[in-house]
Amino acid sequence: MASLTAEHSPAQVIAHARAVRQARNVVVVVVLAVLVFVVFCVSLSLGDFKIPVIDVVKTLFGGGDKATEFIVNRLRLPRALTGILVGVALGMSGAIFQSVARNPLASPDIIGVTYGASAFAVFAIVTLGLTGTAVSALAIAGALLTAFTMYLLAWRRGVSSYRLILVGIGIGAIATSVTSYLLTKARVEIAQQALIWLTGSLNGRDWSHVRSLAITLVVLAPVIVMLVHRLRILQLGDETAYGLGMRVEGSRLGLIVIAVLLAAVATAAAGPVGFVAFVAPPIARWLTRSPGPAMLASALMGALVVALSDLVAQHALGETQLPVGVVTGVIGAPYLMFLLARTNRIGSGG
Amino acid sequence: MEAEVQHSLSAENLAVGYDQREIIHDLSVRIPTGKITVIVGANACGKSTLLKTLARLLKPSRGTVLLDGKSIQSIPTRAVATKLGLLPQSPTAPEGITVADLVGRGRYPRQGWIRQWTKGDDEAIADAMQSTDVLEIADRPIDELSGGQRQRVWIAMALAQETDILLLDEPTTFLDLTHQFEVLDLLVDLNKRDERTIVLVLHDLNQACRFGDHLIAMKDGAIVAEGNPRQVITEQVVQDVFGLAVKVIPDPVAGTPMVVPVGRHTTRDDQIPTPDNPAAKALAASAAANGICRPADR
Repeated sequence: MASLTAEHSPAQVIAHARAVRQARNVVVVVVLAVLVFVVFCVSLSLGDFKIPVIDVVKTLFGGGDKATEFIVNRLRLPRALTGILVGVALGMSGAIFQSVARNPLASPDIIGVTYGASAFAVFAIVTLGLTGTAVSALAIAGALLTAFTMYLLAWRRGVSSYRLILVGIGIGAIATSVTSYLLTKARVEIAQQALIWLTGSLNGRDWSHVRSLAITLVVLAPVIVMLVHRLRILQLGDETAYGLGMRVEGSRLGLIVIAVLLAAVATAAAGPVGFVAFVAPPIARWLTRSPGPAMLASALMGALVVALSDLVAQHALGETQLPVGVVTGVIGAPYLMFLLARTNRIGSGG
Repeated sequence: MEAEVQHSLSAENLAVGYDQREIIHDLSVRIPTGKITVIVGANACGKSTLLKTLARLLKPSRGTVLLDGKSIQSIPTRAVATKLGLLPQSPTAPEGITVADLVGRGRYPRQGWIRQWTKGDDEAIADAMQSTDVLEIADRPIDELSGGQRQRVWIAMALAQETDILLLDEPTTFLDLTHQFEVLDLLVDLNKRDERTIVLVLHDLNQACRFGDHLIAMKDGAIVAEGNPRQVITEQVVQDVFGLAVKVIPDPVAGTPMVVPVGRHTTRDDQIPTPDNPAAKALAASAAANGICRPADR
C-alpha cells in the first residue's frame, strides 16, 4: 500500500483499506449464498422419485408441472427449508457466543445451552409423554432457563468470558446427566424416540417448523443488525469498550439473549444438531479474513453445513437414512480435538 | 483542530473500592487543563484505581468525578466518550484485525446506531494515524507489529475519538526502553500540538519527571504530594511514598529531577573505579554543581 500513500490523500488510503476489507466479505457471502442454493436444489431433486435440478429450479419459481410441484413444494421443501434456517440460526448463535466470549470454544453446544434444551425435551418426551410442538416449547424453555442460570452463576461484578464458559460446561454436564437418568428410567420405545430427537434430525419436518424459525429470524434480524456493531467494540476488551462509551453489561446481556434464542429455536425445530454453531463461524471468519463476528458469512456457512450434512445423511448410505446430527458430529468432533490440541500447545486456553 | 471549549476534569471527595475493600478514601484532585499529568506511586497505592474512576470505569461509593463541572455519572456514557478517551493497560485486539480497522473502531462514539461511514470519519482516522506515524502500516495485521508500533496503534484508536482529554493506564509497561521513549515523546507531541490534556500512570519516576508537567504522588489511596516534578520528587517524598532511600540529582540530559535509589548494596567489589566513564563523570559533575548529592556522606 506504500504506492497508494504517495498518490492519494490519507483519508483516501483509509477508505480504500476499508473497501478492500468489505469487498472480500461481499465475495465470500455471494459465493456461499450460491453454494447454499445449489445444495438446496440438489437436495430437493433427490429422493425416491428423482427430479432433474433444472425442473426443481423451475418449480421453485412457479413454473413446474403438477406432479413435480407436489413433490418439491409439498413433500421436500419444508424439510430442506427447515435445514437451511436451522443452519442460519445456529451459525449466527455460534458467531455471537464466540465473539462475546472472545473464545472459539464458546458455542451453544459446548457450553450448556443446547444440553439444557435437550434435558427439557427428553423430560417432555419421556416423562410427560408429549410430542411435536409441546416438546419444542419445552426445549426453548430449557435453553432459556439454562442460559439464565449460567449468567447468574457467572455474575460477579460483571460477567467474564472465562467464567461464563466454565460455568456453562458445568451446567452442560449436569443437564447431560439428567438426560441420561431420564433415558434409563424410560421404556425402550420411548427412549428410542427421545434418542432420535437427541441426535438432531430433520426427518418429517413440516411447514410449522419453517414458520416458527422464519418468524424468529425476521423478528430478531433488526436487533441483530443493531447489536453486531456493538459486538465489534466489545471484542476490544471491556475497559476499551467502556472508554468508547458503550454500555458493556447491557450490550453483552442483549447479545447473549439473542444468541440463546437463536440456538433455542433451532434446537426446538431439529433437536441439538451438534457442532454446527461451533464450526461454521470459524470457517466463515477464516474465509472472510474478518476479525469481527462475520455474521452473514457465519449464517450462510451454518446453512451450508446443515444442508450438505443432511444431503449426506439422507442419500450417502443408500436405504439407511441417518439423522443429520450424526454427520455434523463427524465433521465437528475432529475440529474440536484440533482446537483443544492447539490451545493446549499455546497454553492460552483459547 | 483548535478546541473552542477547554474541557476540565476534577474529582471531589472520592471514595472508591472493589467489593468490600476500599482503596481510595477521601480524595480530591483537579487535573490541569492542557498539561501532561503523571500519577506515580508504589504498587497497589490506588493510582490505576484513580485513573479508572476518572474515566468512569469505576463508580465511586462517595464523592463525584466532574467533567466540565458536571458529574460524569450523570452524562450519557457515549457523550463522555466524545470528550474523554481512555487507553486501558491491556486492551485486547481480535485476531487478524488490521491497523486501519482497529483505529476505525475509535469512531464508535461518534457514529449512529447503525454504522455509517462519512468522509469526516475517514479524515479523523487518517489524522490519528498520521500523528502516531502508523499510516504506512494501515493494512498490516496487529499481530505482526512490534510492541511499540502496537501501542502507537492503540493510541491512534483513542485519538480517532477526537477527545480533548486522554487517559492512559501504564502505556509503557510492556515496552522496551526505546519504545517507552517513543511512546512518551509521542504523547508530548500530542499535548503540544493540540493542547490536549493527558493523564497517565507511570512506574518510572525519572520518566515521570522528564515528561510530566504535573505530578501526583499517591500512597495508600491518598495524594501525598502534587505539583511540578521539582516540588514533588524530593528525597523525603520518595522515601515516604515508596519506602526507599534515594538520592535526587538533576537529570544530566533534561535537568529534571532524577532519582537514584540507594538500596542496601551500594558498593561492588568487582567494579574498577572508572574516572574515564563519561556518564559517571557527567553525573558526578552535575551532582557536585548542584550540591545535592554529597558522596562524602556515604
